[in-house]
Amino acid sequence: MSFPDFADPTAVADALEAAGYLPSPGIATAVFLAMRMHRPLFVEGDPGVGKTALAHALTEICGVRLLRLQCYEGIDASQALYDWDFPRQILHLRAAGSDPAAGSGGAGDRGDLEASLYDRRFLIARPILLALEQSPAVLLIDEIDRADDEFEAFLLEVLAENAVTVPEIGTIAADVPPLTVITSNRTREVHDALKRRCLYLWLAHPDFDREVAIVRSRVPDAAVRLVADVARTAGRLRTADLLKPPGVAETIDWAHALHTLGASRLDEDAARATLGAVVKYREDFVRVERSLGELLGG
Amino acid sequence: MDHAPIAPDPVVALTGFARMLRSQGVPADTSRLAAAVEAVAHLDATDPTAVYWAGRLTLCAEPDDLARYDTLFEEWFGPAAHAGGPPAPPPPPARAGAIRVALASSQAPPGHDAQGDEDELAVAASEAERLRHKDVTQLTTAERAEVNRLVALLAPRAGLRRTHRWQPGRGRRLDLQRTVRGMVRGGEPARLPTLRRRVRARRLVLLIDVSGSMAPYADLMLRFAHAAMRVRPAGTEVFTVGTRLTRLTPHLRLRDPQEALDAAGRAIPDWSGGTRLGESLRAMLDLWGQRGATRQAVTVLVSDGWERGDVTLLGEQTARLSRLSHRVLWVNPHRGREGFAPVAAGMAAALPHVDELLAGHTFDALQELAEVILHA
Repeated sequence: MSFPDFADPTAVADALEAAGYLPSPGIATAVFLAMRMHRPLFVEGDPGVGKTALAHALTEICGVRLLRLQCYEGIDASQALYDWDFPRQILHLRAAGSDPAAGSGGAGDRGDLEASLYDRRFLIARPILLALEQSPAVLLIDEIDRADDEFEAFLLEVLAENAVTVPEIGTIAADVPPLTVITSNRTREVHDALKRRCLYLWLAHPDFDREVAIVRSRVPDAAVRLVADVARTAGRLRTADLLKPPGVAETIDWAHALHTLGASRLDEDAARATLGAVVKYREDFVRVERSLGELLGG
Repeated sequence: MDHAPIAPDPVVALTGFARMLRSQGVPADTSRLAAAVEAVAHLDATDPTAVYWAGRLTLCAEPDDLARYDTLFEEWFGPAAHAGGPPAPPPPPARAGAIRVALASSQAPPGHDAQGDEDELAVAASEAERLRHKDVTQLTTAERAEVNRLVALLAPRAGLRRTHRWQPGRGRRLDLQRTVRGMVRGGEPARLPTLRRRVRARRLVLLIDVSGSMAPYADLMLRFAHAAMRVRPAGTEVFTVGTRLTRLTPHLRLRDPQEALDAAGRAIPDWSGGTRLGESLRAMLDLWGQRGATRQAVTVLVSDGWERGDVTLLGEQTARLSRLSHRVLWVNPHRGREGFAPVAAGMAAALPHVDELLAGHTFDALQELAEVILHA
């Protein structure tokens, strides 16, 4: 099994579109190059612009598994790479201990017993190791800026070699490097050494036409007028200096909420009732509510 | 200027292009250039849009690079070439949490300042107490010598940080592998071995403004820096900023405070000069900070925020500093004065990215600073 072979970025764009992700030419080129050059894709952008969704769409167009590693403060190798299965090791020990054939336990037996504890079957593979073992697969390392920066150095090692070394077992390498997507919300500067290994893709908010197309593909039954209203207002909200400007995810949610309530266009009452789908801070809520007429006008 | 044709030899065109990008601060180094050439080889090299994206995906490293890349791409390959690119993104928002904290502290009325209350009480206190609260610019020569002696005794150092690694020790996490190995030898585990996170000292980075307006305080702040160097010689970095950046770390390694200060004084070419805070800060981050000096560090910026140039750069660079550091503390000696408001344009631009704003005008304030650094 291997990754599908796309002839050019346009083929990638068509496939992504069929999978429900409407890419800009830049995104399609980035994906195409990531697959051809076997480089991780480092995706940065505001929350909600579709970084994680891109990884999901990639999974779909490649027809492979997605392995996701959500980063958080303090994440370490035992959550990212592998861990030993302690309960099973104990069971194994107990079984060996009660086995009369195991002998009286000389030094050599003990060495054998210890070695048998570190067999591959007692190794629990975590997302990165799983991705290497199961590749072709898509490996999503989500929100790397949440992890400590020492974690990056460790990641760099794995991504450079496409292999993991377990001291007790040896090196586990991938035949086909997994398609790796690393996302960052940019709350912290990521080391240059890691970025240099990757293709750098900055995801901006989509323009009006693309956003309308995205919302229509996700909420197909919504009225055309409603979708256009929502996309235009979301665009305005992004320039309104909010604490959390709405991303595409919020726009989709908003359109969905309005459609569920049976609205066919965005008026002030409907907007007020559904504002919670698009604005996520109290401070923002108050500001938006005050200038709602202005936002919807024109 | 003549526009470079994209074909027939994209390698030549890209090499020149990358050199130009580098001269404008885009990190298009050789390994990135190699990636760009490889990327173009996978695409249609005669298609300007393809070349545009191949370069943008491989040669840029952050959103700030994209606008520069777009401009230079157009200049190098011609306006027609720049067809498919969307406009450069606006700069991403800073940490929302940091903004609110900083605003709250800057809006506190000066009358409610704890420092002010203490100043009133201090009148009745002993001579030593009086000295602690006296603005260092008002000190006599003898008093200054005494304060210098006290500062040398301060041991400013940053706290500990947990590292990534675990080590045997008393902690909450069971050391399962040690348990299993123990059972191989001795049957049932009688005592459960545990792990704890290894801890290391956090780095401390001091940036001291030595421009003319800061001159009365700079000497004392350098003594403070020297005291910090004495405690953690390997974990402390000291720079001066003014019209240019000077790294003082090696000069302050001398044991004797006066000798160290003299050595530092000789090393600073822009003593009492003007202020180009933003540029100095950028130089520090480019040369030292981004590579590791400020990572996970407590960074202390000592300045009054009077910026001669455009303050946008200072705002940007402080934002960058706050993304690279664990905490950013700003020490403004004028903050201790009555009626202080952060009016200096540079100060206002930087404040949203600063975790805490402190005074540094008396010995007492310096002691407080040492305390804040320790617990930051």
